[in-house]
Amino acid sequence: MVLLSTSSAAHRLTGDQVLLRDTVRDLADARIAPRAAEIDRSGEFPEDIRQLLAEHDVLALPFPVEHGGVGGDLLTICLAIEQIARACTTSSLILAVQDLGSLPLRLGGTPEQIARWVPDLASGKTLICFGLTEPEAGSDAAAMRTRALRDGDDYVLNGTKRFITHGSVAGLVTVFAVTNPDAPRHQRLSCFIVEVPTAGFRVARLEHKMGIRGSPTAELELSDVRVSAANRIGAEGDGWSLAMRTFERSRPGIAAQAVGIAQGALEAAAAYARQRKQFGRAIGEFQMISAMLADMDAQTEAARQLLYTACEVIESGAPDAARWSAMCKLVAGDTAMRVTTDAVQVFGGYGYIDEFPVERMMRDAKITQLYEGTQQVQRLVIARALLGRADA
Amino acid sequence: MHIVVLTKPVPDPAAAAERLGPDGRLDRAASPAVVNGNDEYALEAALKLTAEHGGEVSIVTMAPSGAADTMRKALAMGAARGILVTDPALEGSCVRSTVQVLAAALKDMTFDLVLAGVDSSDGNGGVVAAGVAALLRLPYLSNAARIEPDPDAGRVSVRRLTATGYDLLEAPMPALIVCTQVLGEPRYPSLKGIMGARSKEIASKSVADLGLEPGAVGGAAASTKVIGSTKPPARGATKVVRGSAEEGAHEIVALLESRRLI
Repeated sequence: MVLLSTSSAAHRLTGDQVLLRDTVRDLADARIAPRAAEIDRSGEFPEDIRQLLAEHDVLALPFPVEHGGVGGDLLTICLAIEQIARACTTSSLILAVQDLGSLPLRLGGTPEQIARWVPDLASGKTLICFGLTEPEAGSDAAAMRTRALRDGDDYVLNGTKRFITHGSVAGLVTVFAVTNPDAPRHQRLSCFIVEVPTAGFRVARLEHKMGIRGSPTAELELSDVRVSAANRIGAEGDGWSLAMRTFERSRPGIAAQAVGIAQGALEAAAAYARQRKQFGRAIGEFQMISAMLADMDAQTEAARQLLYTACEVIESGAPDAARWSAMCKLVAGDTAMRVTTDAVQVFGGYGYIDEFPVERMMRDAKITQLYEGTQQVQRLVIARALLGRADA
Repeated sequence: MHIVVLTKPVPDPAAAAERLGPDGRLDRAASPAVVNGNDEYALEAALKLTAEHGGEVSIVTMAPSGAADTMRKALAMGAARGILVTDPALEGSCVRSTVQVLAAALKDMTFDLVLAGVDSSDGNGGVVAAGVAALLRLPYLSNAARIEPDPDAGRVSVRRLTATGYDLLEAPMPALIVCTQVLGEPRYPSLKGIMGARSKEIASKSVADLGLEPGAVGGAAASTKVIGSTKPPARGATKVVRGSAEEGAHEIVALLESRRLI
C-alpha cells in the first residue's frame, strides 16, 4: 500500500499516541497486509496474526498496566484498530473483540475477577468473546431467551447465542442471560464469564459470510452449562446496563475499524488512479475520478475526526456517551461503505476481481453497518438522546 | 556492558516532506523526523548484545531540541536513556563540528562499545563515526556484519564486510563499531515499550555543558558551506522486459550490448 503524503490528524494526538499509531501501521503494512487476501480466501482464523499482535502487546492495549496491560485509553485503542483495519479487517477484529468481550469484566468486575482473568487476556494467551445476540434477539437484545437459573453456589445456563465473533476460538465467553424474567425489562439480564471448554457448551456452527471471512462467527449452544456464582459480573439484573455501557465504549472501535477500511480503500484507489493509464493519461487526471477521490478523502477524514472527538468525549465521562458512540459508528460505517464502493468504481473492472484489495474492503465494510447495533439502532440511540432531552 | 548508540533524527523518507531553507540547508523544524534507518540497525545490534551479555544501551543524539520526540522511538525499542546535545549555537554544524560535539559528549561517559550506523539518509557523509573514534582514540571497527564481545577479557571481535568476503578484526574495549544492515532488521517497539518510554530520561546538554568553547563549533566554525542545491534529474523512462526467462535474457543482453555496457 502507498502511504499518502497527507498527514492525518496528528495535531490532537500525544507523542506516545503518534508513535503507537505509526508502530501499529508499520507492523500492519509489513506483516498483516501481505496476509489479508489469503486470510479472506481461506476463511481461516489467522492464528499467526493473533500471535503477532500478542507479541507486540497490541492485545494488551485495553487492559490495566497492573495486570500486564498497556493501559491505553479509548482513543489509543481506536488508533490501533484503525491501523490494523486499514490492512485487514479480520485482523483488526482480534483486538476489537478482545476489547468488546472484556468490557463487561473491566466495567463491572470485582478486583478479584479482574486479577483472575485479565493477565491471560492482556498477554493474548486467552481470547474473549461477547455473547449477547440470539436468533430471536438481535436489535431487541432485551428479548433474549437464554436463561440462568440459580442452583446453590452455581448458575445453570441454557440457550443459544448467534453471530458470536470469535465464538469458536475464545477461551472465555461473556454470556448475557435472563436471571429474572418477571423483573422490569431492563433488569432481567445478568452477565457471566463462561470458561470454555466446559460441559454443555458447544459450537453449533460457523457462518459463511460476505466479509470478515477469517473471523469465525459462531452459533453457541449452552445446555445445562454450570457456572459458579463467582463468574457473575456485577449484581443480578445488572446485565442490560453492563451491555449498554459496553457499547458506549465498543462502538467507537467499530467506527475505528470502518475509518481504517475507508483509509485503506482510499489509498489503494489513489495509487491506482496515479498509475492506471487510459486515453493516454493517468485516470487520476480525469476530473470524474479525481472528484471521487477528493470526496473519499474528505469523508474519511470527517468520520475520523468525529471518531476521535467521540473517544475524547466518552473518555471524559460525558453523560451522553451513548449518543457519541452511536454517532461515530453511524457516520464511520456509512462512510466506509460509500468510500469502498467508490474505490471499486475507480478501479473499474479490476475493482471487481480479487487481484486488488478493494472488493474485499467493500465486502468487509458492510459489516460495520450491521454489527454492534445496526445503523438503524444507532439512529434510534441518537434520536432518543436528542428528543428525550428536557431542554430540547 | 554499557553500549552507546549514536542516533540521528533525519527527515522521514515515508513523508517525503523535507524542505530546504533559503541557505540550501535542510529546514529541520519543517521536516517530520524519524530515527535514521541505519542507526536503528545499530540500536538493534546493541539491544541484542545487551540481551545476551547483560547491561544497558544509551543513545546519544545531536539535534534541535524537538528531537526528543524522535528519540522516544529509540527508547521505546529498548534503550535505557538518551542524551540530547542541543544548542542553538550548533545550527549549521559541519561534519567536523558534529564529530567534536559527539566526542565531547562521549568523553564524560563510561562505555564498552559505541555503535553507529553506516551513514545518515540525509547527509550521507558516512564519516562522523570514524571522526569520533579518531578524536577519542578508540579502536575503529567498520562495516560490521557480526559483533562478538568478550566482556570478561575486555575484547571484541568483529567480522568486517569486504568486497570479497570478510575480515576478522579484534580490538580491546572500549571500541567504536560501525554497523551494517547484515546484523539484522530493527525490531518494532512493543506497545508497552512505547508507554514505558515516557518515563525514561532524556538528558539535555548544551555546548557549554560539554565544556566546548562557544564559537568553536556550529555554523560559525563550519569548515564546509552549502553553496547550492538542485534536485536530481528525473529518472528516465524505464523499460520493462516481459516474456519467458529465455526471451527476456536475450532481450536484456541485446539492450546492454547496444548501450555498450557489456
